[in-house]
Amino acid sequence: MRPILMKGHERPLTFLKYNRDGDLLFSCAKDHTPTVWFADNGERLGTYRGHNGAVWCCDVSRDSVRLITGSADQTVKLWNVKTGAQLYTFNFGSPARSVDFSVGDKLAVITTDPFMELTSAIHVKRIARDPTEQTEESVLVIKGPQGRINRAVWGPLNRTIISAGEDAVIRIWDSETGKLLMESDKDSGHKKTITSLSKSADGSHFLTGSLDKSAQLWDARTLTRIKTYVTERPVNAVAMSPLLDHVVLGGGQDASAVTTTDHRAGKFEAKFYDKILQEEIGGVKGHFGPLNALAFNPDGKSFSSGGEDGYVRLHHFDPDYFNIKI
Amino acid sequence: MAAEVMLMNEIEAKVANLGIDMNIDFNSIQLPRGEDCGIISDDEDVYHEDQLEYDSGFGNVIVVDNLPVVPREKFEKLEGVIRKIYSQIGVIKEDGLWMPVDSETKKTLGYCFIEYNTPKEAVLAKEKTNGYKLDRSHIFAVNMFDDFDKYMRVPDEWAPPEIKPYTPGENLQKWLTDEKARDQFVIRAGTDTEVLWNDARQSKTELVYRRAYWTESFVQWSPLGTYLATVHRQGAAVWGGASTFNRLMRYAHPQVKLIDFSPGEKFLVTYSSQEPSNPCDENRVVINIFDVRTGKVMRDFNGSADEFAIGGAGGGAGVSWPIFRWGGGKEDKYFAKLGKNMISVYETETFSLIDKKSLKVENVVDFSWSPTDPILALFVPELGGGNQPARVSLVQIPSKVELRQKNLFSVSDCKMYWQSNGEYLAVKADRYTKTKKSTYTGFELFRIKERDIPIEVLELDNKNDKIIAFAWEPKGHRFAVIHGDNPRPDISFYSMKSSHNLGRVSKLTTLKGKQANALFWSPGGRFIVLAGLKGLNGQLEFFNVDELETMSTGEHFMATDIEWDPTGRYVATSVTSVHEMENGFNIWSFHGKLLYRILKDHFFQFLWRPRPPSFLSPEEEEAIARNLKRYSKKYDAEDQDVSMLLSEQDREKRRMLKEEWERWVSEWRRAAEEEKMERQRLRDGEASDEEEEYEAKEVEVEEILDVSEEILFEE
Repeated sequence: MRPILMKGHERPLTFLKYNRDGDLLFSCAKDHTPTVWFADNGERLGTYRGHNGAVWCCDVSRDSVRLITGSADQTVKLWNVKTGAQLYTFNFGSPARSVDFSVGDKLAVITTDPFMELTSAIHVKRIARDPTEQTEESVLVIKGPQGRINRAVWGPLNRTIISAGEDAVIRIWDSETGKLLMESDKDSGHKKTITSLSKSADGSHFLTGSLDKSAQLWDARTLTRIKTYVTERPVNAVAMSPLLDHVVLGGGQDASAVTTTDHRAGKFEAKFYDKILQEEIGGVKGHFGPLNALAFNPDGKSFSSGGEDGYVRLHHFDPDYFNIKI
Repeated sequence: MAAEVMLMNEIEAKVANLGIDMNIDFNSIQLPRGEDCGIISDDEDVYHEDQLEYDSGFGNVIVVDNLPVVPREKFEKLEGVIRKIYSQIGVIKEDGLWMPVDSETKKTLGYCFIEYNTPKEAVLAKEKTNGYKLDRSHIFAVNMFDDFDKYMRVPDEWAPPEIKPYTPGENLQKWLTDEKARDQFVIRAGTDTEVLWNDARQSKTELVYRRAYWTESFVQWSPLGTYLATVHRQGAAVWGGASTFNRLMRYAHPQVKLIDFSPGEKFLVTYSSQEPSNPCDENRVVINIFDVRTGKVMRDFNGSADEFAIGGAGGGAGVSWPIFRWGGGKEDKYFAKLGKNMISVYETETFSLIDKKSLKVENVVDFSWSPTDPILALFVPELGGGNQPARVSLVQIPSKVELRQKNLFSVSDCKMYWQSNGEYLAVKADRYTKTKKSTYTGFELFRIKERDIPIEVLELDNKNDKIIAFAWEPKGHRFAVIHGDNPRPDISFYSMKSSHNLGRVSKLTTLKGKQANALFWSPGGRFIVLAGLKGLNGQLEFFNVDELETMSTGEHFMATDIEWDPTGRYVATSVTSVHEMENGFNIWSFHGKLLYRILKDHFFQFLWRPRPPSFLSPEEEEAIARNLKRYSKKYDAEDQDVSMLLSEQDREKRRMLKEEWERWVSEWRRAAEEEKMERQRLRDGEASDEEEEYEAKEVEVEEILDVSEEILFEE
C-alpha cells in the first residue's frame, strides 16, 4: 500500500472529511485555508479562503453543495463547494471547535470554546436553502458544562445532540429543548479528555477517542458502552470502516513531548483494530508527528490521515487488506 | 485500609468536581519533614509510638545530677562553672539553665536542667559529661530529660510476663508449593503495588495481592523470597504469609532510606542519613541491624557520613550501599565494612568485631566476600608512584590468614567478580600502557577451590578493547565479556576448562559486532540474554552457550531492566518510569518467545520473588536431567490440556463477542427500519438511505460553448 502524500497545508492538520460520494476529501488545518482534494488521486482541487485563524472542523452537505467550517477566528462560514465562494459567516464570541450538518442538512450544530468569561456552548443554527435568506439567529443554545467541547454531532433523526470534550464525559442532549438526557458514567467511561468522536455510517453507534489511550464504542440511542480499544498512545483521531468491522485509531505522543531520540518512540501510527474482538490488526506508519485526523472513504476502500507534520496521507488498501483474518 | 480507600474516593470526587486533571504521581510528593498534612498513615500504631519517643518536646533537655549543694552566696559561681562546661558542647538556650533551689533552706538541690537548641547537642552533652569529675565527691550523672519519663513508667513491682500459648505461624513458603509451579513477582506502578503469579502457560498474570500506598519509596524481596519489605517514613516492614500478605514485623527507623537483607535473610540492615541543619555540621548517618524475625535491634551504628563513605565504587563522596557486606554464605555469620586503612569484620554471634579489632590493611579501597565461603578479597591500589605495587589478597575469616596474594603493576583500577559458587574469582585490572596515556585491561583468574589457589592471566585478543560488561555463568565455569570500542562491540565467551586441560582457561567463541551493552545469564546457566539497553533501544538476543548459537532475537523498545525468573524459565524485560512512554513489562520464554506484554503507566519496579536454593544435591539434579523424558511426560500432557483449554476458551470468547455484536447490529437495523420514513421526511423525501443503491442514468448534457456566424460562399 503506497500512500499518496498530499502536501498543501503549511500547519498541522486538524480534520478530514469525505463527501458522501467519496470523490472529494476536505481537509482543515491550523493554516487558515480549508482545502478540497480529489479523493482518488490526491490532486488538489481548490481552497476556501476567508478564515483568519486555525480551522478546526468542517462538514459537507449530502449533495456536496455546501461546506461549513468552524474556525478559531470565532466564525463559522458557509461555502459554495464548487466555486469556493463564501456564502455566510456566523460570528461568535469565542473560537468554534466543531460543526456538523443534521440529517437533511437543514440544521447545523456548532460548538464554541470557553473564552474569556464565556463558557463553552453548543449552538444549533438553521441552514437556509437559499444563502441570501440565511440568518444569524440560533434555534437553540446549550450553555456548556466545564471545559472545552471537542465534538458535537447529531443523534438519530436529529432528535438528540451528542457531545464530548475535555471533561471526559459524553452527554446526550435533547435537540428541541436542550435538556440533558444522558451522561456517560465517569467510572467506566473515559478517564481523560475526549479528543474525537466519529459516527457510524448509519448513525446508530459512534466511536470516541481519548487522551487516556483508549477508544470506546457507544450505542447512540442508549449511550451504552459496547467496546473498548486500548492502545499505547493518546488517541487524537478515530474512524470506523464503513465496509469491514474495523476501527482505526490515530494519535501519538503529544507534539510538545516528542522525544528526539527515535521516531518510533512517538508511535505515530494509524492503528487498525478488529471492531468486534477489540484486537489490534495492524498499523500504518508514515507520519513524522502525531496524527490529528482520520477519515474513511465512504466506500471503505481507502482512508486518509492528517498529521501534525502538515501532510495528508491518502491510502488505498491493497487487496489483501480485505482478506485479513484474525 | 478501608478508611484509606474512602479517603481516596473523596479526593477523587472533589477533584472531579473542580475539574482538575487527577494525574498526580503521589510517590513524587514530598511532604515537609514532620508534616503529614493530616493524612493518616498506614502504620498508625508505629507512628504513635514514635510520637511518644520523639515528639515530647524535651529531647533537647538534659538533667545534670550530683552537683554540689551550695548556699545562696555561691549559687552564681556554681552556675557560672556549669555554664562554662556545658556551653563548650553546644549552644544553651536563653534561660536554658535552671538550677532549682530549696525554698526553705535557700540551698541548691544538687541538680540542674539544661536546655540546648537541638536534641543532638543534648545527646552529645550527655555522652561527654556523664561521669565528669567536678571534684572527688561530685561526679556528674547526666541523663536525658525524656529518659526520666521512660523510667518513671516502669511499674514498681515486677510482674511475670504473660506466657502466650504457642500458635503455629503461617507457612511462609506456601508459594513454593504452587500446583502449576509458577513464580511470583511484584510490580509497582502509580500508587499500586501488586504481587502477581506469572501464568505463562496462559500468557497472563494472576493477582495475588494488591495494595495502594503499600510503600513510600520502594519494595524489596528478601534474598530467599520469604518476605517482601516495604519502606516507610517511620521505618521498614516485612510482609508475607501463606495465601495473602500480612505484616509480619516492623522495624522502627525514622526517615529510613535504604535497606539490605543478609543473604540468609536473618538480619535486616536499615540506613538513614540526616542532612545537617547547619552547613558546618556533618551529615549524620544511622544504621540499625535488626533480627528479621524478632524485630530486635541487634546493633546500631551512628556517626558522620564521612566515616561510612570510605572506599566503595566512587572512592570518595557519598556512601556506597550496602555499607555492610555480608559474608560466609547463607549462614549470615559475618559482615564487614570498609574503613580507613582497615576492614571491620563483625560476627553475628555477639555483633562485635572479630578478635575485638579491625583487619588493618593500609590504603585498602575495596573488598568483596566470596558468595559461599568466609573469604574476603581485597584490593589495595598502587602507592608511591609505582614503588609499591597494587595488590589483591584473599583473606580467610575468622582466622584473618592471607590465603593468596597477587601483586599487580601499573594498575589504574580494579574490579572483582565472584562466580556464584565461590569457585572462581575474576579480577579485572585496568593497566596503564608504557606511556601512561591510555589503559588496557586484563583479567586475573583465581581458582579458589584448587590447591594453592592458582592464578591465571587472561588478556583479550585485542588487549586495547574496552570492557563493557563481564558476567560469570551462575554455578558454571564459563563467563561472557562484552568488549570493544565501537558502537557494535564484540562478545566473547570463555570457559575455565579447556577440552584437554581442566586447569586452563579457553575461549569458546567471539560474536562480532553485537548491539549489546549488558549480559544476563539464566540463573541455571547455559542461556544468556545479550541486551542493548539505554542507548540501544532494548535489543535482545537469546543465546545458547552450550550450542553457541542464537536462539532468537527480539526487541523491547526502550527497555531499561531485565530480570530472569529464579528458575531460568522466563525473562522479564521492563520499561520503568525513567521513560515517559512505553511503561510496562514483557514476559519472554527462555528461548526468546514473547509470551505476553502488560502496559502500566508510571511503572517503577519489577522484581521476581526469589526462591530458596534447591535441597537436591548436584547428583540428584543430574539424575533428573538424565531421566527428563520420564518426568516431562506428565507436564507435556498438562501443557497440551492447557493449550486445548485456551483455544477452546478463545473460540468461546470470540463466539460470544460475535453474537453480542450481531444482537447490536440487528437492533440497529430494526431501529433504522422504523425510522426510515421519518428520515426520508427530514431529507425532503429523498428515498435513498444508506442502504441505497445507485441507479445509473445516462444523462446527455449539451452545452453551447460559443456561437459565431460565418458566411460561406456558394459556388
